[in-house]
Amino acid sequence: MHGLVNRAIQRFVSDGYGQAKWDATAQLAGLETSEIEPMLTYEDGLTPRLLMAASEVLGRRYEELLEDIGTYIVSHPNVEALRRLLRFGGVGFVDFLHSLDDLPDRARLAVSDLELPRVELCEHGGGAYSLLCQGAFPGAGYFFVGLLRAMADDYGALVFLEHKGMDGAAEVVSISLLDTEFAEGRGFDLGARIA
Amino acid sequence: MSDAKYIKMLNILCPMHVIVGRSGIVCFAGPTAQKLIGETSLLGRNFLDVFEIRRPRSVKTLADLRRTEGTKLHLRSRLPPYGELKGVLAEGPETGQVTVNLSFGISILDAVREHSLTAADFAATDLTVEMLYLVEAKSAAMEASRQLTSRLQGARVAAEEQAFTDTLTGLKNRRAMDHVLARLIAGDTPFAVMNIDLDFFKAVNDTLGHAAGDHVLQHVARVLVAETREADTVARVGGDEFVILAPAITDAEILEALGRRIIDRLEVPINFNGQTCTISSSIGTTLSDFTMNRTPEQILSDADRALYASKRSGRARQTIFDKSMRETV
Repeated sequence: MHGLVNRAIQRFVSDGYGQAKWDATAQLAGLETSEIEPMLTYEDGLTPRLLMAASEVLGRRYEELLEDIGTYIVSHPNVEALRRLLRFGGVGFVDFLHSLDDLPDRARLAVSDLELPRVELCEHGGGAYSLLCQGAFPGAGYFFVGLLRAMADDYGALVFLEHKGMDGAAEVVSISLLDTEFAEGRGFDLGARIA
Repeated sequence: MSDAKYIKMLNILCPMHVIVGRSGIVCFAGPTAQKLIGETSLLGRNFLDVFEIRRPRSVKTLADLRRTEGTKLHLRSRLPPYGELKGVLAEGPETGQVTVNLSFGISILDAVREHSLTAADFAATDLTVEMLYLVEAKSAAMEASRQLTSRLQGARVAAEEQAFTDTLTGLKNRRAMDHVLARLIAGDTPFAVMNIDLDFFKAVNDTLGHAAGDHVLQHVARVLVAETREADTVARVGGDEFVILAPAITDAEILEALGRRIIDRLEVPINFNGQTCTISSSIGTTLSDFTMNRTPEQILSDADRALYASKRSGRARQTIFDKSMRETV
């Protein structure tokens, strides 16, 4: 698994709970050094081990933890770059939902060996959608629940999200879009990062 | 097609278009084109007064401009913020009119900021937003890679500082020699220290170059390793200085014989790319038994004194340390 994915787990634990908790997590997961290098590749088994270890060290349910990571990754100021990259996906929240199908390809444009969970959006009409998520580790659906909740907030949309269990190998997240312009949302300035 | 329909179509397909009338006056500008010169409106202005055609350079008049139909234009706004643009024009919609479609080209990164553009300012098929995404994503990835490289560089420097190997010859380095010597001193086993200094090495370096010098040092290293035992430590401790630490030797005769073999072998001329390098060596040797107060400094200094004795008495020889040498300098 790509270092960027494992690095996100490290940032989540150390930003939210402190360095000591991360050191304990890394040790429990059998990591040799506690620093994850974002641009190196790690063996695939490490990511689920880190997640299990973090769940134990932080005393959080695994599903809850993944949901929090999903939220963290697009709302914490320390990882602002990622939120911006996701916002490039669409002008509005609906646009953004549809851009999720391209997410793995978009990620590979930037970092060619980065594999993200495969997601597929199905539209059921009346603001109802479902997202099929197939990740390299269990709980990808919960991760997307957290991520979508934060992104909806970012766009100012009001949504109801629910993990609906499995459909074959994929986890299903149901999305009910109640209002696309519920709140102001956070601005997105195309040129903000360009110096 | 009615004008209104045509203009609506242009606004969707190319929101940065400008329609120039027969007399050269801008009679319509798409929504993004309107943003090009700040608050000032483009409408009613002479197109060539607002935009300088930078290439092709021959374009000065409206008639010149018309003749460029279908070819790429490089333009610059004569009004703030003086942006660089690309464009292409075609005749129409009415006879005598031309429609110019503009784009930011490579200046897009500045333009997005200067004109506060959003994704809605670009046609749905325009790849500009994807390009901005890529620039940002690649910059983030590059930054992560740059940090990794600098961390690895730091780790490499730290590793080199801690290394025990002389990279040129593959022998142990001074740090390693210090460690082994300290261990030998702390142990019960007697040992010998042989200090070997090359003669005429500088001449090889100066006349035949550093590559020849390096070749000679590697040759010396091979000879020293071949002449010593597995348990001995052979180190290069300076440019052309070597030290052999030989445990469990108390017999000066064995050392005499070893020193002789080394000197003889190093006197054999060395071939380097068809040229002959000739060196020799001087050796100073001491035994741990000679030193009552066994500190590394004392032992190495004894070996040094013996080495200078060899040098003084004409080189290409070995001197075994004798306590009387401590008084002579």
